[in-house]
Amino acid sequence: MNRVVITGQGTINALGHTVPQTLEALREGRCGIGELDIRDIDRLSIRIGGQVKGYEPEDHFNRQQIALYDRFTQFTLLAAREAIAQSGLEFCGQLSQEAGVVLGTSGGGMTTLDENYRSVYEEGKNRVHPFVVPKLMNNAAASHVSMTYNLKGPSFTVATACASSNHAMGQAFQMIRWGMSRVIVTGGSESMLCFGGIKAWEGLRVMSRDACRPFSANRNGMVQGEGAAIFVFEEYEHARARGAEILAEVVGFAMTADASDIVMPSRQGAARAISGALRDARLAVEDIGYINAHGTGTAANDKTECAAVADVFGAHADRLMISSTKSMHGHLIGGTGAVELLACIMALKDGVIAPTIGYEEPDPECMLDVVPNEAREARVDVALSNAFAFGGLNAVLALRRV
Amino acid sequence: MSDSVKDKVIAIIAEQAVLEPSDVKMESTLEDLGIDSLGLVESIFAIEEAFDIQVPFNANEPTESDFDISSVAAIVRAVEGLVADQKA
Repeated sequence: MNRVVITGQGTINALGHTVPQTLEALREGRCGIGELDIRDIDRLSIRIGGQVKGYEPEDHFNRQQIALYDRFTQFTLLAAREAIAQSGLEFCGQLSQEAGVVLGTSGGGMTTLDENYRSVYEEGKNRVHPFVVPKLMNNAAASHVSMTYNLKGPSFTVATACASSNHAMGQAFQMIRWGMSRVIVTGGSESMLCFGGIKAWEGLRVMSRDACRPFSANRNGMVQGEGAAIFVFEEYEHARARGAEILAEVVGFAMTADASDIVMPSRQGAARAISGALRDARLAVEDIGYINAHGTGTAANDKTECAAVADVFGAHADRLMISSTKSMHGHLIGGTGAVELLACIMALKDGVIAPTIGYEEPDPECMLDVVPNEAREARVDVALSNAFAFGGLNAVLALRRV
Repeated sequence: MSDSVKDKVIAIIAEQAVLEPSDVKMESTLEDLGIDSLGLVESIFAIEEAFDIQVPFNANEPTESDFDISSVAAIVRAVEGLVADQKA
């Protein structure tokens, strides 16, 4: 059984266009959620989101690339560039044959869908651009990363709604652990902040109109975000032999299905995923110092998640820290676990715990240490990242300080 | 009219090939210009949009299509034919 470490990270999201910018915002408890700048905003009742601002595709890609890259693919490629550059890896020879790309997304090329539905339904056009299919398909981002970096090993896209990235990174972890490959580029991306993407979420009536306040008694729903985070997962001996900087070690992963409801979360399903990740990593509950919560800011998630944590950790639940960074970057749906892994790595590597901002009133059903409003310095040896998706599909990763 | 068809088609092909229109010769093939199969369907889309015509082209059997793509001159002739048919 191989050890698996992280040797590169990259991102673009509402908090920053790079990892250093994002970590600075997480440390400062800065909110990336604001007024949305999208077409037909006047027909939406939800008008806020964690949108990537100050971003022009033309600054990064040429015309032909833009014709093929949906916004979620653009975000993926920018994050992958940063992560792979940090890792220092070059993919040629045998490494290129085995190295793969496993990414999570929920909506895939939703902007492309939205624009082209508009064109044929609203504008009545009978002709669409020839690249609609290769642009919108869920695996487009993974394929472009593979093509750009010559990654010819196992590559695919995982779609499990809000747990997509965690499921993807869990797969990457297991593939290296069991010797299928020495390097997998993994993470996730989402770009749903288009009219149709927001309108669909509006329909569920779980969205906040003003802010994402996870665990706070006055929370009133989730806020969507967008962006990507990409990581280089590498077999430990391979990384050590080439003297790579190791950001953290991935030590455990578990996934469960609630098998109960298509939208309501399950305390048991979440608890089984958390305890499964601890068991997989051969850790005791006392080893865990920090949990990056799923923490969506909905009534249902936050109390269920806190109950699940209490079930698994018992008395230790009151000694660990659990924060939801969705309060700052919003809920990136299929990309959220990837961006949230940055906060886990920051906790382990830098000893800084990202806060839950917007926290105003304690909720008797969420009485854990949610690191309210201000980041905290603390030494953490092991961190967990929770993701509990619609459809009852749960995925939890465990990371250790190196 | 036919000059303007030619100029527009050459402009579309030049943009796809990332060349100046003056570098696109009538006798050039798409291969000479470095336009691959994806570039070809994108060019056909641009031609359909520019002239508001339907180009009978199936990427599965390009040589069987009624639309001759063997050279820039052939494409210009084919587009002129489609534009004339549409007006007829």
